[in-house]
Amino acid sequence: MTDLLPAEEHTGSGVEIVLDDVVKQYAGQADPAVDHVSMTIPAGETVVFVGPSGCGKTTTMRMINRLIEPTSGKITIAGRDTHSIDADRLRRGIGYSIQQAGLFPHLTVAKNVATVPGLVGWDKKRTTERVDEMLDLVGLDPDTYRDRYPRQLSGGQQQRVGVARALAADPPVLLMDEPFGAVDPITRGLLQDELMRLQSDLGKTIVFVTHDFNEAVKIGDRIAVLGNQSHIMQYDTPEAILANPANDMVAGFIGADASLKQLTLARVRDIELAQCPTAYRNGSVAELRRELAEQDAPWGLILDQRDRPLRWVSPEQLATAGSLEDVGDPLGENVSLTSTLQDALEALLMQASASAAVTGRRGEYAGIITIDTLVHALQEVREEHADDHPVDEASAGEPTP
Amino acid sequence: MDFQTLWDFVSERRQQLLTDSYLHVSAVVQSVVIAGVIAVLIGIAVYRSPIGSAVATGLASTVLTLPSFALLGLLIPILGLGVAPTVTALVLYGLLPIIRNTIIGLAAVDPAITDAARGVGMNRLRVLGRIELPLAWPSILAGIRVSTQMLMGILAIAAYAKGPGLGNLIFSGLSRVGSPTAVPQALTGTVLIVILALVLDGLLVLLGRFTTSRGLRD
Repeated sequence: MTDLLPAEEHTGSGVEIVLDDVVKQYAGQADPAVDHVSMTIPAGETVVFVGPSGCGKTTTMRMINRLIEPTSGKITIAGRDTHSIDADRLRRGIGYSIQQAGLFPHLTVAKNVATVPGLVGWDKKRTTERVDEMLDLVGLDPDTYRDRYPRQLSGGQQQRVGVARALAADPPVLLMDEPFGAVDPITRGLLQDELMRLQSDLGKTIVFVTHDFNEAVKIGDRIAVLGNQSHIMQYDTPEAILANPANDMVAGFIGADASLKQLTLARVRDIELAQCPTAYRNGSVAELRRELAEQDAPWGLILDQRDRPLRWVSPEQLATAGSLEDVGDPLGENVSLTSTLQDALEALLMQASASAAVTGRRGEYAGIITIDTLVHALQEVREEHADDHPVDEASAGEPTP
Repeated sequence: MDFQTLWDFVSERRQQLLTDSYLHVSAVVQSVVIAGVIAVLIGIAVYRSPIGSAVATGLASTVLTLPSFALLGLLIPILGLGVAPTVTALVLYGLLPIIRNTIIGLAAVDPAITDAARGVGMNRLRVLGRIELPLAWPSILAGIRVSTQMLMGILAIAAYAKGPGLGNLIFSGLSRVGSPTAVPQALTGTVLIVILALVLDGLLVLLGRFTTSRGLRD
């Protein structure tokens, strides 16, 4: 049995893919489309190929499921040389999702999703159950959508069906070629969120091709920035690439807002929070004033009995206040420990105090976040990656551990 | 000629008219089926190559420019009289619309769809049978309708080669102009061909309704 598809008792969680010195040379062209590319795609990770149009990223991806045959070099999946597996059987073990979904317009949603299970010979009952399970998984109600035709779906729904079809036979590997390129930005954001949620449950090895660096930063565990002829400019985590681009081309591709992008990657719980004086709403005004004066803090927080922050209060406001019950300014945007630093920045920009209260899971006070906290956090990331050597061609293929 | 003469003719010759109509439709349907199979196979063989498509369409067009009278005449020395030259001529004439529409239909399939089909592990034959042909079917069927209409008319000429069908009525009618039943005979044959052609077309439209996926219909 040479199939990649899992046997009954196994789950189709990710396997490692290795490209070893892969070349694609088209007849009649001077330069190869893909020039000696080597890289390791770790099991269960989402690796994004990002690069300008025509750089060979799609060609590189399509060589993994042999829709394009490499001219030379070797590609192994889970240690097996793809060339030793019949191409059609190989592809049945690799989920494939493309721009505009590529759904079969003459088949219902259910039949589209059932394509691969049908090809590998699942029985009818198992296939039917699997179709419903898949539609549920991608957020489409099976009873509503099962018997619809693709043209009766919105672009976003079509993409969801495309992903369901790709995952139906539980393949360990998923190839996605700009799958969200043709939908509006809001839907794209939602689909990206869904993909990340799915991936955290399924742990497939995903190779994702896009020319949108923001998309790459959002969904990738690792990003391979590809230049012409699919040369690997940098292959690393989004954090490392943003903090220390390997060369000018990568830096240009990231754009001028690397730090802002960096903020989307880290969560509030990952950084060290600042603290400020706090008092319960039935506490003493004098005590809070003393604490503020002692710490020379411009703002304090008033909490309710369950530790949830209620209002900001300044020393000036306290000077004339009789009790803490109704003094101070409203809290504004809430930042939780699971918010991204970008959300936190947004929230603190909206505050007169230029800081935002951070709350834990039950809404309890956990600390505050200020511009200084954010700047410090970014500096730390940069320092952490400052020693990364800008990758050269020879070592580009090895992911940093 | 008045209506009474026509009516008398029809009621007197009812049996023969029915037989001729049946033979006419039967010959056309069989020829279209044969032409359809050949044309779709040719279309499949050439649609990926622009040169192949041009050659196939060109050859089939050339056949169509031959006057049917001449083609039948040329076939008689080879195939004799009767059914053989008739069906051969009809099949040759029926090819072009179906070949052309097969090529157009197959070439119009979105490459993203065939790419997806290959990508999920269908081999060439499956992609063709399960994806491309069903998607091209409305176009192929449109070609079949054109061929059918055309052959209904052309078959009338085949009476010259002693072929079956309503052409015999028209021929013998026209060759006896002057006799009282001549015009009713020719007219009946002509009108019957028109009516049967419309009925057959209606049936093909119905066939289309039943064989085209709801996902492709508007």
